[in-house]
Amino acid sequence: MKRSQIAVIMFCLLHGAILCAGFFAPYAPDQQNRAFPFAPPTPIHWRDQAGRIHLRPFVYGIRANSDNENYSESRNVAYPVRFFVSVKEERASQSGLHLFSAQEPGHLFLFGTDEFGRDLFSRILYGGRISIAAGLLAMLIALALGTVLGSIAGMAGGVVDSAIMRLAELGLALSWFYLLLAIRAFLPLRTPPLETFFLVAAVLGFTGWARPARLVRGVLLSAKERGFVMTARGFGAGPIYLFRRHLLPQVLPVLWTQAVILIPQFIMAEVALSFLGLGAVEPLASWGNLLAELQSYRVITSYWWMFTPVVVLVLVSFSYFLLLNSLQKRVHSVAL
Amino acid sequence: MRAAKYMCRRIAAGVVLMLGVSVLSFNLSSLVPGNYFDEMRLNPQVSPQTLAQLRLDYGVDETLPHRYLHWFRNALTGDFGFSFAYNMPVSSLIWQRLSNTLLLAGTATALVWIVGVPVGIFSARFRWANRISSLGSAALLSVPELAVILLLVAFFVRMGTMPLGGIVEGNGNAAGWSRIGATGLHLLIPVLALTIAGLPIVLQHTSTAMKEVLEATFIQAARGHGISPARLLLRHALPAAANPLISLFGLSLAALIGTSLLAEVVTGWPGLGPLFVQSIFARDFYVVIAIVMLSSLFLIAGNLVGDLLLFAADPRIRRTNS
Repeated sequence: MKRSQIAVIMFCLLHGAILCAGFFAPYAPDQQNRAFPFAPPTPIHWRDQAGRIHLRPFVYGIRANSDNENYSESRNVAYPVRFFVSVKEERASQSGLHLFSAQEPGHLFLFGTDEFGRDLFSRILYGGRISIAAGLLAMLIALALGTVLGSIAGMAGGVVDSAIMRLAELGLALSWFYLLLAIRAFLPLRTPPLETFFLVAAVLGFTGWARPARLVRGVLLSAKERGFVMTARGFGAGPIYLFRRHLLPQVLPVLWTQAVILIPQFIMAEVALSFLGLGAVEPLASWGNLLAELQSYRVITSYWWMFTPVVVLVLVSFSYFLLLNSLQKRVHSVAL
Repeated sequence: MRAAKYMCRRIAAGVVLMLGVSVLSFNLSSLVPGNYFDEMRLNPQVSPQTLAQLRLDYGVDETLPHRYLHWFRNALTGDFGFSFAYNMPVSSLIWQRLSNTLLLAGTATALVWIVGVPVGIFSARFRWANRISSLGSAALLSVPELAVILLLVAFFVRMGTMPLGGIVEGNGNAAGWSRIGATGLHLLIPVLALTIAGLPIVLQHTSTAMKEVLEATFIQAARGHGISPARLLLRHALPAAANPLISLFGLSLAALIGTSLLAEVVTGWPGLGPLFVQSIFARDFYVVIAIVMLSSLFLIAGNLVGDLLLFAADPRIRRTNS
């Protein structure tokens, strides 16, 4: 019980932060601060140089050292951190309420910045939107396809059934990641960012329908033989009524677990595609192209904060794992 | 006799599948806007005459069925076309890359099975081992593969003791033992990453299958007869639990080419993975098609081997399949 509560809380926190990226992120994902490439996370202070403790945290201004590699704080000016700041900017997308930000002209980079001085924390939140939305959309496509095809196979039987199942076996046999890359290989390379996003989600969805289809078919085949279904049919229930009223409710638990299995799988697939440069492209942030910066030797050796996307990715993956565990236990106990 | 018939049917199905894959990839490739020479047109150092000659040489402007038939006829003799980007035959380009990938993925897969099965058996037998291994595999399962690879690379780069990228030191002139040693060192990071990513699956399957069998009545009967615990586990329980493991082994053979792609790209291992990604970007279609065909060939062959092993191991399947 306790573990499932932790799972749900972690899940909601992560997804809430990512869903409301505009509120939690202090900066826009593509806002560049060319003066601060690869700035480390800004230290937040409670105590000033005189030793007094402030209730409101503050940051010092940062400036690049003469070697242009490291940064140091200039301790003479402090910029208080403001909460629930309402920002009005020229672009409508980034104005509005922010949870926190340092008073201008100070900067608060919670997780540091990348090579263009873009705030990594904001980019992780906005990038999460793309990755998770791609995962969700792909899951919906895969489940919809799987349910429809699996139901047709399970209800119709005969030649239709075996044709669909051969197709599903093919889909299961092929390594889905290679299938994904192969399909991606034969699609246009450079498309507008939004189009690419839908393309990637659709490709993911089309590679993942086989397992849900097989499961749905299996459940339907056994559900069709149950007493109350046979009785309903005996009373003259049509196949559509039968499916909607009696069979679909038995399929739903399978679909729920499949959804929780598929979403993280598709998120990781989107991450892998974008990591290879075949998914979301700049200036769009996605977890994949945040990780892609870790392919450079200099970034690995010198800028540890560039690894924060990895940590976030692990947390997200872990929360789905816990959720799946508790869901499986629950479905199991209901079934018993 | 039955086995031979069954195998013939499976091989025929595989051939049909490969034909389907090749037709599909050719058709898809013709749908894509642009080809390798379109980028060349922007290069002022390449004259229009050269370009026209190249297009003629490579037959880019032929009709699709014509190109497919031409490719198909050559493919039967082991010639999979010509790589535009590398300016060499695809088959000789891929051969070297394939052996590198198989070295990496084969080592990792072997390691996963050599470690996974004993630990799985162990954890099915002893409760404390079960707790540790289920906790460990849960932790490993919840960390995505890409994260494992990146963290390992970061760790070893910061340590500064492990070579990274490529397969041997320098220009690869070393020979004999030093070459093998260098290859082994270069293998370490990607193999470690792949093993960590693949281990929990084998471990969990082994442990689940063994646990189920150990609760069966015939095991209790055997125990009652005073058969030693080791013999009980290995001689009586393991063969009974082997079926799902054999299927899984077939799947892992089938995935031999696909699994190592990300690890290869990140660690710079010169296998099929980086070549595949590069060719996608360069629109080097014959390479892409050849790699797609190769991976489907492995998938079909791996599944076939898995089924044949199952056929050999379990008399029940032999009877039902007839």
